[in-house]
Order: sequence, then C-alpha cells, then structure tokens
Amino acid sequence: MMPVLSVLAYLLLAPLVGGLLDGLDRRVSARMQGRQGPPMLQPFYDIKKLFTKQMIAVNSVQMLLNLSYLVFLAVAGSMLFAGADILMCLFILSTADMFLVMAASSDSSPFSTLGAGREMIQMMAYEPLTLLMAVGFYLATGSFHVGDIIRQPHSAVLVMPGFLLGFIFITAIKLRKSPFDLSTSHHAHQEMVKGITTEMAGPTLAVMNVAEYYEMVLMLGIVALFFLNEHWWSWPIAIVACLVVYLLEILWDNAAARVKWRTLLDSCWVATLLTGGLNGLILMLVR
Amino acid sequence: MAIIPILIGWPALMALLIPCLPARWRGRAVYLGAGGVMVLAFLLLGAWLQGGGGIVSLCGAVPFLDHLMLAGEFALMALIVVLSIRHRKYPVVLLSVGQTVLMAWSELTCPVESATHLRLDCLSMLMVMIAALVGGLICIYAVGYMQGYHQHHKDCQDRSGFFFSMLFFFLAAMFGLVLSENLVWMYFFWEITSVISFLLIGYTRTEEAVNNSFRALWMNLLGGFAFAVAIVVASHTLHTVQLGELVADGATIPVVLLALAGLTKSAQLPFSSWLLGAMVAPTPSSALLHSATMVKAGVYLLIRLAPAMANNMTGMTVAFIGGFTFICASMMAIAQNDGKKVLAFSTVSNLGLIVACAGIGAEETIWAAVLLMIFHSVSKSMLFQAVGSIENCLGSRDIEDMHGLLLRLPRLTYIMGIGIAGMYLAPFGMLISKWVALKAFVDADNYLLVIFLAYGSATTMLYWTKWLCKLVSLHHTKAKVVDATHGDQYLSMYIHAAATLGLCLLFPLVSSAVVTPIIEELYGIAHEVLSMSVLTTMAIMLVSVLFVPSLMFLLTRSTHRDYVPIYMGGVNEGDNTYFTNSFGEPEHLYLSNWYLRFEFGRRRLMRPGVIVSAGVLIVMLCVIIGGAV
Repeated sequence: MMPVLSVLAYLLLAPLVGGLLDGLDRRVSARMQGRQGPPMLQPFYDIKKLFTKQMIAVNSVQMLLNLSYLVFLAVAGSMLFAGADILMCLFILSTADMFLVMAASSDSSPFSTLGAGREMIQMMAYEPLTLLMAVGFYLATGSFHVGDIIRQPHSAVLVMPGFLLGFIFITAIKLRKSPFDLSTSHHAHQEMVKGITTEMAGPTLAVMNVAEYYEMVLMLGIVALFFLNEHWWSWPIAIVACLVVYLLEILWDNAAARVKWRTLLDSCWVATLLTGGLNGLILMLVR
Repeated sequence: MAIIPILIGWPALMALLIPCLPARWRGRAVYLGAGGVMVLAFLLLGAWLQGGGGIVSLCGAVPFLDHLMLAGEFALMALIVVLSIRHRKYPVVLLSVGQTVLMAWSELTCPVESATHLRLDCLSMLMVMIAALVGGLICIYAVGYMQGYHQHHKDCQDRSGFFFSMLFFFLAAMFGLVLSENLVWMYFFWEITSVISFLLIGYTRTEEAVNNSFRALWMNLLGGFAFAVAIVVASHTLHTVQLGELVADGATIPVVLLALAGLTKSAQLPFSSWLLGAMVAPTPSSALLHSATMVKAGVYLLIRLAPAMANNMTGMTVAFIGGFTFICASMMAIAQNDGKKVLAFSTVSNLGLIVACAGIGAEETIWAAVLLMIFHSVSKSMLFQAVGSIENCLGSRDIEDMHGLLLRLPRLTYIMGIGIAGMYLAPFGMLISKWVALKAFVDADNYLLVIFLAYGSATTMLYWTKWLCKLVSLHHTKAKVVDATHGDQYLSMYIHAAATLGLCLLFPLVSSAVVTPIIEELYGIAHEVLSMSVLTTMAIMLVSVLFVPSLMFLLTRSTHRDYVPIYMGGVNEGDNTYFTNSFGEPEHLYLSNWYLRFEFGRRRLMRPGVIVSAGVLIVMLCVIIGGAV
C-alpha cells in the first residue's frame, strides 16, 4: 500500500514541488544578484501561459518525443518512490534523457542540434557517477532496492560521503545549473541561443518544463536516499539536506561561469573517480 | 543424433556445389542451403529435446576421421604457405607450418585415446541455433546484397560463387567447432574458420583488403598456435584432449593457452585490429564474422573454460583484458563516422564485456555472458545488414550522410532504430545483462571492472545516441534516394527485427528455459540470477518503451498545429535547408555530429591500449605458466 501511495504522491506533487523550488530558485538567485525577483508562484504562471499559447511546431514528432520524455521521467521517479531497484531507475532516467535529445535533434535545426550534442556529452559526463553510486549503495547496504536502502539502521551517507559529494557535483548538470548548463540556457542571447529547447514553443515547451520538475524531484529524492534510515527523525533531516543541496546548487550557479564541454567532461570524470571511485574502493575493501 | 553429420555435411556440400552452378541458379541454391541448415538445426533441437535435452556424448574412436582431419590441416597449411609466399608475408608461413607440424608430431608420438569426440549440450545447442538461424539469414541476405554490391563496385571482380561457398563452409566449420568435445577436432575447425575469414576479408583483392586479411590471418594463427601448444601440453602431461576433462581438472597451462586462443578469436585487445580491418569485405561476411560465427567461437570457448577460470590468475587476466577492451573500444567508437567501423568497435567492446564475464567465471557472470551473446548476435547481425543495405542505396556508409534518413529510407531506418535500441536502451536485453554483470562484478570483488563498466556504459551511450539522432533528424533534402534493397535482404532483416523484439518480450522465458540449463550444466547448480518478479517488471517496462511513444503518437496526431520554419541564425530561406548568409547569398545547412577525434580518436587511444593490454597479457602469461611449471 505504501509504495502505491508514495508513487501517487510523486506523480501528483512532483510538478508542484518542482515548480515551488524553481520559484524559490529564481527568488534566491535574484537576491544574490541584488534584484527583487519574480513572485514564488511565477513558474506556475509561466507554465499556464505556455499551455494556453498557440500550438506551433517545426515538425510532427517533437511533441510526442517530449511527451515520451515526460512519461519516462515519471516512470523513473515512480520506481525510486516505489522503493524499486535504483540501478533500473537510473537506466530509465538515461532512456528518458535520450528522448529529449532525439526531440531536439529531430528539428534538424543548428542550435537545437548543437544543444542535443552537448546534452549527450553531459549524459556521458554524469553517467559513470550514477552507476558507481548505485554500486555504492549496494556495497553499503547490501541491496540495490530503494526499499531496503531506507530501512537500514544507519544513514548511508555515514559510509558514503564521497558519493554524496560526487552526486552534488553532477546534480549541477541534471538541474541545468552553471557551470554545467551547456545544452540550454535561460537567456536566448547566448552562443547557442536556447540550445536544446530552441525549437520548442508553447505546450511543447511546457511539457518539457513539467518533465524537468519531475527530474528535479527525482534528483533530490536520490539525495534524500543518502540520509534516510529506519528512524522517523531521518526524514526531516533528509528534507533539510535536500534543501541545503539545492541552495548549494543555486549558489554555485550564480558564482560560476559556463565551462567548455572538455572541462565539463574532464572535471566530471575526474571528480567521479576521486569521490565515488575512492569511496567505493574503500567500501569494497572493508566489506 | 544421426543428424549431426548431416548438419555439418550439408553446408559443406552446398559450399562445394554453389561455385559450380550457373549464376542464375545461385540464388535458389543459397535459399535451399540456408533453409536446409535451419531445418536441420531445428530437427536436431527436436531430437535432442525428445531425448531429454541433457548432455549427449557422441562419436567414439574413428581413426579414419582423425587421419582425414590431419590431412585437412596439412592442406590448409599448404594453402596458407602458397598464398603467403605469393603475397610475400613470410612470417605467416612460420606460424602455420609451426603449429601444423607440432600437431602432427603430437598426434604421432603421443596418441591419446578419446572416448567421445562430439558432445551436444545446452550451450552447444544454443550456439548451433544461433549459427544456423542468424548465419542462414545472413546467407539469404547476401543473395540480394551481392547483386547490388557488384552493381556499385564495377572495379571488383565478381566472385560471388566463391563468396557464397565460403559463407557455407564457415557455417559448417562453426557447427563442427561448437559440437566438438575433442580438442584436436575443435582445433581443426578452429583453423578452418581462421582461414575462411582470411579468404573472405581478402575478397575484393585490393591492397588494403590483402593487408587486412593477412593481419587477420596472423593474429588468428597466433591463437591457433596457442591452441596447438595447449593440446600438446595436455596430451603429454595429462593424457587427455577432452575439453570437459581439462576444465574439470583445472589444468592451468592448457587453460591459459586456450584462453589466449579465445582472446585472439574474439578480437580482444591487443588483437582487435584484425576485426576492425575485416570491414573491407562485403557486408554479409562482416555480419557473419561479427555476429553469429567467428568472434562467437572465441567467446564460446571462453565460456566453456569459465569454470576453470573462477578465482584464479587466468580468470583475472582474461577479465581484465575483457573489461579493458570494453572501455577502450567503446571510447574509440565515438570517434568513428563510418557506420561499419562504429559497429565493429561496438562488437569488440561488447565482446569485451562477455569475455570479462567469462573471466570472472561465476554463475551470475556466465548468465550475463550467455544472454549478452544471444542478444548481441541478433542485434548486430541486423545492424550490419541494415548498414549494408543503406550503403547500397546511398553509395556511402558515412554516418554524416545518414542525416535525415528517416525521411529518405524509412523502412531501413526503423530496422536500424530497433537494432540500436536493442544494443543499449533500457530495458532491452543487452542492458539487463549489463546490469547483472555490474552486480556480479561487485560480488566478485573486482572493483576495476566495476569502474570499467561504469565509464564504458557512458561512452557506449554516446556513440549510439548520436547515431540514432542523426537518423531521426527530419531534414528534407532534394537529393532523391531510391531504395535499392532486394526482397531477400528485407526478408532477413524483418525476421531479425522480429527476433530482437521477441527476445526482449520473452526475456523471462529465455532466461529460465535457455540460460539457466546452461549454467546448470557448467556448474552443476543454478540459482535464480534475477527473480521472476524482476523479469516480469522488465517485460512490462519493455512494453511501455514500445507503447509510450506509439500512444503519444496517437494522442498528438490529431492535435492541430501550425508549422513554422526552424530558427537558423541567418534568415531561413523557407525550406529549412538554406539560409541567407552574411553576403546575402543562400547557404546550405550542414549539421555534423560530434566525434571528439582529438580525445577519443583511434590514433590517440589504439596504441596505448595495445601496449597496456599486450604488456599485461605477456607478463601474466609468464607468471601463470612459470608458476604452474
């Protein structure tokens, strides 16, 4: 019964939570830059506006690929919140991302193709850590199952702090934060225009945004996984930890400039080895 | 079980017959031959299942056949010597003469009585089915392909009779190889596959083809040499040449030498270059070498040896070489823009994963290895055939030229898409096997392999995704393309596509009915690697992967949308293909993929890869053999 409820809660609430976090992000970023910032509910107004806009498209498949992206992200998130296998959840997550890349490439437009190419590089940059992290959970708790991982007597973060560090590092990619926001940007005056979303407009863009909210909640769910254990008090700690991580990402976003793809790839792969790689090695040796 | 000699004999007979037939009958003869092979394989399967489906040992002492094989080995040696001298490749002569003389000397001075020469069990039955079905379909595909090929390549002499003959010989040798229990017999078939692949690679007789074919030959002969030494050592010290007994004994030196032979045949680093060079041959031979036969013979031998490689230095070395090849080849695949080269690197890389699984030698890893082998042979054969057909239509197999192929050659693009999805997407079979492999590597405490797998999956994802994206770009071009693919080719590719999807849907069944019995035979026991509920979840997810996009298609089809031109930086000329450049002139849009040549190019990675793997291999061979003597 619990898994069904939590999956339903994820499916219904994730866009709301994601939207609120996005609103918070805009406010906090604005304050960091000495601006007032939009109201907290601005993301919802934006999405509503996007859905009411005229349906224009450059081809017939973009919408269906974007919807597939949304559905697969929801499936991946549901697997996490249902307590299923984390490795499978991560694999589905990359499948979902692939649909977004295909949606962008299907336009055959220079800027969205550029964005799609960069998105693929980003996937390649973050994937080793996600796989190693799943292995880390397995080594630390003896199971790939989220349901078992959160029923341990101690929080996983105690034995896998390196993985958490690495995960915070690559979460910047997934949340499309500077310095790793190579594939798209918030402002259309930059070198790749809007990158992967250049050719998306109106409802198509809205679908993409909603999907990103699902993804955001999924990523924070994984952060929470590091902190949860069988005790009830781990839940508030996990939520606070998620917020802290999210604020850290915002801080980093505002403090760093976008890097080139080569720096992205090198830094992510090296960071993966130094954090997850070493942590995993230690876990394996003491097992 | 009287079918076995017919199964081996029938393709050999067709191989002798086909070159003698006039060209217009050739197509029908190939259909007859390939159909016969498939029917015979199914008959064998039926007879074997009726007999209980256990291990069947066959064929006692037959001195006549032994002598015939020895004579055959000398004939092969003579062929190699003549061709090598003609092309001035003298070191090859030494390898060939050396091993043949060694074998003859061993058989004359230290004859070993064998109770059985052939053995039919689950694993060899599976290999027979793969070789018969995938190989047979490749032969059928070749009927249409070779016509198109020679229309495009006027400069190349039409020797398609010889080509078909070699394909069928290959199948015969492959059946012999996987059914042999006696190593001397297996060695004979092993040599035949080496020589035929050499002849197939050199089909076009260009300078490149000749050089590549000799590279394939010497590398495979090196493996054959190790095989021969293994037989000599086994017969002199252990007085047996039965594969099963060697594995049960865990005899170190023969096992490590046989593993070396397996590594050369499955094109692992440092021996990968022969398979990459094999791309010069017409596509059906590449498909055959890469999917159903040649390289699978190598991994077949390694899987057979797996129980003897568990938890020892041999296993560690093999696993390292496999894992290292997996990551190196998948990185180098990123930098390739030739479709067949990408497929070749992907074959090497996937074989690396299978080899790594075999090297660990635990039940779980063998489970993954066998599944990877099944999925890989079907998907890869289909991809090769699709690329070959695309090449015949476009006149190029450059991935850059496949931009927007979905609009130009939709049917072939769908086939490519299914093949690519089968190679790496969740929850298709390859990925599930990878998942199990990852878990098994952790359980085997081999962290290096875990790292290899984590990074290698990421690079694998990149090269497939960017190819897929190139295919689905909806780019309208004025260049007209005619689908010149013959019906034979589509027949074969459709069956492959259906098989890929079917294998994924029936994944739980494949796991319990095919793979588990193999594990039981190799290890005596088999635990469930994945619980049935997990398998069912995966089948459900597979359905969702197929149906979500289709459902979305139906949902979005009826919505009204206004189409607008794409944003191009310059003013779009209105057709999404030309834009106005800064001189006010129309400029054609050209979109290129990412290849990251400076980072992942073959020139950058191949040499270090070969040096590292060769170093590890040589040092470990010395340590293992030195430690065992």
